[in-house]
Amino acid sequence: MTRKRRRLVILSLFLLGLGSATALSLLAFQDSLVFFFSPSDLARRPPPTDRAVRVGGLVEPGSVARSGTEVRFAITDGTTRLAVAYTGILPDLFREGQGVVANGRIQPDGSFRASEILAKHDENYMPREVAESLRREGHWRDGAAGAAAQPAQGGPRR
Amino acid sequence: MQRFANPGQFLRLAAVVQPWAAGVGAVATAVGLYFALFLSPADYQQGDTVRIMYVHVPAAWMALSIYLGLAVAAALSLVWKHPLADVAARAMAPIGAAFTALCLITGSLWGQPMWGTWWVWDARLTSVLVLFFLYLGHIALANAFDDADRGARAAAVLALVGVVNLPIIKFSVDWWNTLHQPASVMRLGGPTIHGAMLAPLLLMWAAYMGYFVVVLITRMRTELAERRLRALQLNAEQATRMTASAVEAG
Amino acid sequence: MADFLAMGGYAAFVWSAYGVTALVLAGLGLATVLSARRARAALHEAEQQIQGRRRTSRAQARAQR
Repeated sequence: MTRKRRRLVILSLFLLGLGSATALSLLAFQDSLVFFFSPSDLARRPPPTDRAVRVGGLVEPGSVARSGTEVRFAITDGTTRLAVAYTGILPDLFREGQGVVANGRIQPDGSFRASEILAKHDENYMPREVAESLRREGHWRDGAAGAAAQPAQGGPRR
Repeated sequence: MQRFANPGQFLRLAAVVQPWAAGVGAVATAVGLYFALFLSPADYQQGDTVRIMYVHVPAAWMALSIYLGLAVAAALSLVWKHPLADVAARAMAPIGAAFTALCLITGSLWGQPMWGTWWVWDARLTSVLVLFFLYLGHIALANAFDDADRGARAAAVLALVGVVNLPIIKFSVDWWNTLHQPASVMRLGGPTIHGAMLAPLLLMWAAYMGYFVVVLITRMRTELAERRLRALQLNAEQATRMTASAVEAG
Repeated sequence: MADFLAMGGYAAFVWSAYGVTALVLAGLGLATVLSARRARAALHEAEQQIQGRRRTSRAQARAQR
């Protein structure tokens, strides 16, 4: 084996080892790598009420109720919904049928008190007119390609 | 054998490529900015902040592809001892660091109005920050040793170790849920971005590529000039030492 | 024009993003050009010196002959 060959073999083995070590540790830490849990995750494994968690899903269409700076709405992943209360300024992308991530605590009564609301954008980019005509022709509805992949709910809005 | 290979061939090629890259880059910058700021429409959700994407997304592409280039140069240097590999790596790292910084800053400027936060520690943002530190580490290591070859070797090893971060960055948005949106352009099933918005994105990418090639070639020339200077100084030192010993002996 | 500058209310974010991009890329470009000039000048000077030394040593050799 020439020296060049030997160096190449050493390098390949090194990269292979590094790659598998990384893959294994990423798999092991899967839970701490996710940024948020879905309402179904929380229903299955309720977190302690004294620990802050992030819940992500779509803002359930028609669920948003405001009174002053207090906002109440529901986050849904298509199967489970979670009632959320929040006081403060909402990000500009916060919309019914759109993705949202709420950071807060589960209350003793099972509702969710958010201390921070982040809007989640999806991978769709298009001009307003295109979105309008897609809606008009019924090819596409809000939230259809939202944060949590799930069947569309809620019709045209805005 | 390639240790003292003449970089003349590279310099000749560079002299031909550089003006073309500069020309393409300049045209793409002008047309791209016109598309990005005037011609392209506002997004149905993001409004005019979508224009930040035209400087942010291509910067992210550059950050990733330059790192890939750095890793290829590292392999060429460590395994094949190609004489230009270390020169190219040293020249690439600062450009990659600049694009990564731009990606992070412009992303933050989009995140504040849209997400409602400048920064979150989700998998995508964190892995890109790690990429930035890898670039900084590469620059620091390459300059950390008095012996330039040892510095180059250490930096090359770091570049190869950091390669695992590239798939993590690319697929972080698919493997784990993140606040960052999934891919819109380079995805199976075609882009989910409207043509009127894809055009400025690709034009700005061409502009960045032109800039990258021009700056890379200039930096590599500088590096080669500095190496030649060091070699000359070393020769001169040896010559004086030899004359001195000859005088002593005689 | 005012409409264009306002960027639908996101002027601060959009223009900062473009400004930072221009600033960083121009800064790196400038640093690259300056160091290229410095290196070229230093190399040129060193080459000149060596040529000068060669010339004098050749002259000395001729004088000795």
